[in-house]
Amino acid sequence: MSRARLIWRKSLNAVMLTLTGVAAFSVVSVLFLILGYLVYNGGKSLNWAFFTQLPKPVGETGGGMANAIVGSLKLLLLAAAMGLPVGLMAGVYLAEFGGRTFGFLVRYTTDLLNGVPSIVMGIFAYSLVVIPMRHFSTLAGGVALGIMVIPITLRSTEEFLRSVPGSLREGAMALGASKWRTIATVVLPAARAGIVTGMLLALARVAGETAPLLFTAFGNQFWSPGWNQPISSLPVMIYTYAISPYDDWHRQAWAAGLVLLGLVLVANVGTRVAVSRGGASRGA
Amino acid sequence: MRFQISSLDFFYGAKQAVFGVNLKIPANKVTALIGPSGCGKSTFLRTLNRMNDTIRHSRYSGEILLDGQDIRQMDVVKLRRRVGMVFQRPNPFPKSIFENVAYGLRINGYNGNLRDHVEHSLRRAALWDEVKDYLHKSAFALSGGQQQRLCIARALAVDPEVLLLDEPCSALDPVTTAKIEELMFQLKDSCTLAIVTHNMQQAARASDFTAFMLDGKLIEHSETPKLFTTPQDPRTEAYITGRFG
Repeated sequence: MSRARLIWRKSLNAVMLTLTGVAAFSVVSVLFLILGYLVYNGGKSLNWAFFTQLPKPVGETGGGMANAIVGSLKLLLLAAAMGLPVGLMAGVYLAEFGGRTFGFLVRYTTDLLNGVPSIVMGIFAYSLVVIPMRHFSTLAGGVALGIMVIPITLRSTEEFLRSVPGSLREGAMALGASKWRTIATVVLPAARAGIVTGMLLALARVAGETAPLLFTAFGNQFWSPGWNQPISSLPVMIYTYAISPYDDWHRQAWAAGLVLLGLVLVANVGTRVAVSRGGASRGA
Repeated sequence: MRFQISSLDFFYGAKQAVFGVNLKIPANKVTALIGPSGCGKSTFLRTLNRMNDTIRHSRYSGEILLDGQDIRQMDVVKLRRRVGMVFQRPNPFPKSIFENVAYGLRINGYNGNLRDHVEHSLRRAALWDEVKDYLHKSAFALSGGQQQRLCIARALAVDPEVLLLDEPCSALDPVTTAKIEELMFQLKDSCTLAIVTHNMQQAARASDFTAFMLDGKLIEHSETPKLFTTPQDPRTEAYITGRFG
C-alpha cells in the first residue's frame, strides 16, 4: 500500500484511540469530581450533631438531619416491603412459567414502567394515597418508591434465575421434585446472590429519588412517628436546604449530599464485594 | 420384566423422533442402548421417567408399562422416585455434599435417620471413603468423576427400582469410567439399569442386553455377547464394526 495511505491509517488509529480514551477518562473523572466536591464541601460540615440532632430553626446555627436519615430509612423499609416481594415473585413467574406472549408483554410493560419519570410516580402516589387520606404521609412516599423498586427487582431476578443452568432443574425433577419445589429449593438458592444484589441495588437507586417524595412524604422538621404523617428524607432536605438563602443550610445540604452518596456507594460496592466473595467460596 | 415398551412413537412438535419401538427391559440387568448421534436413544430413555414432559409441545403414543402399570396413569412424582436418572454432565446442586444426597430424601418426606441413609448411598456409589470427612464441603469442590458419583449417590438415595443413565461417562476419564462400570455391576442386585452409551466397548463390557437404534427405530435387541459377535441385521454389524457412527 502507498505510504500516504499508511500514514492516514496510522493517524486515524491514533486519533480514535485518543478520542475513546478521553471519553472513558471523562466518565471516571466526573464521578471523582462529584465525590471530591462533596467530600470537600460536605466533609467540613459533617459532625456528630448532624447525625443526632433535629434541624434547628432558621437563624440558629447547628442542628442536624437525624430525622431525615431516619425518614429515608423508614421510606426505604416501606418501599422494600411493598416492591421487593412483588418484583421477586413476578421475576420468578417470568423466568419459570412465562409463556411467549404474556412474558413478552410483562417484560415490555416493566421496561416502560422503569422509564416513567419519577415525578410522575409522585403524582400517581399523590392521587392514590394523599388525596383520599387528605394529608401527606410516609405511606404515600413508600408507595411511590415501592412502585419504582418493582421493575428493577423484576428484571434482575428474572435475569439471575435464567442464568441458573437447566441441568440443575432437571436434576431436581428427576428426583421427584415438583416444579415449585424445584424453584424454591434449588433454583432460587442458586440465584440467591444475584437476586439479593439486584434488590439492594434497586433500594440504593430509589434512596436518592427526590421528585416522588416532594408531594407524597412532603417533609418534616420534626420526628415523624408512625406511618401517617409527613416525613423528612435526605434528598428532599438537600433540595429544601440548597435552594434556601441561608449559608448554614447550604453547609448542611452539602453534608447531607455526602452522606447520601456515601450510603449509595457503600451499598453498591459492598454488595458487589459480598457477591464475588460468596461466589468464590462456593467453588467453580 | 421391569419395563415393557410397545409401539412407542415420540414427537417433538411435528417432528417424529422415535418410530414404533418395542422393547422389554429386564429386571436386575443392565440394558445398553447404542446407536449413532441423533438416533433417538436419549429421547427414548427420557420418556421412561417422563422427563420429556418438561419439553413444550412434546408428546408420545404407544404404551410404556412399569411393572405392568402405565406410566401415564401414575403420579409423575412417584414415577420419578421409582425411576431415577443420571445425566451426561454431572449436575450437583450448589449445596454441600451431604445436602445433595439428602435432597431427594428431604423432598419425599423421609422420616428415618438421614445421616445413615446418606452414608449408605455414598457407599453404594463408592464415594464414601473419599468424602466422609468433608460432607459439609460444597459439591463443587469435587472432581468431575467424583461429582458424577455424587449424582449417582443422590439418585440412589431414594432407592429407585430403575436407574436410567444417559451417557454418564462421556465427560469422564477412563479410570473413573472403569470405576462407574464396576459400580453398575454391583448395583444390578438391587436395581435395574438402562444405560445410553456412545461407547460400544463400554456396552460390550458392562451390559447384559444391548439394543441398537438407528434413525429413531429399534433395529436389533439381544443379549450383549450375541449382538456383538453375531449381529442379525447388517446395519447393526456395520455400526459395531465402525463402518459408520
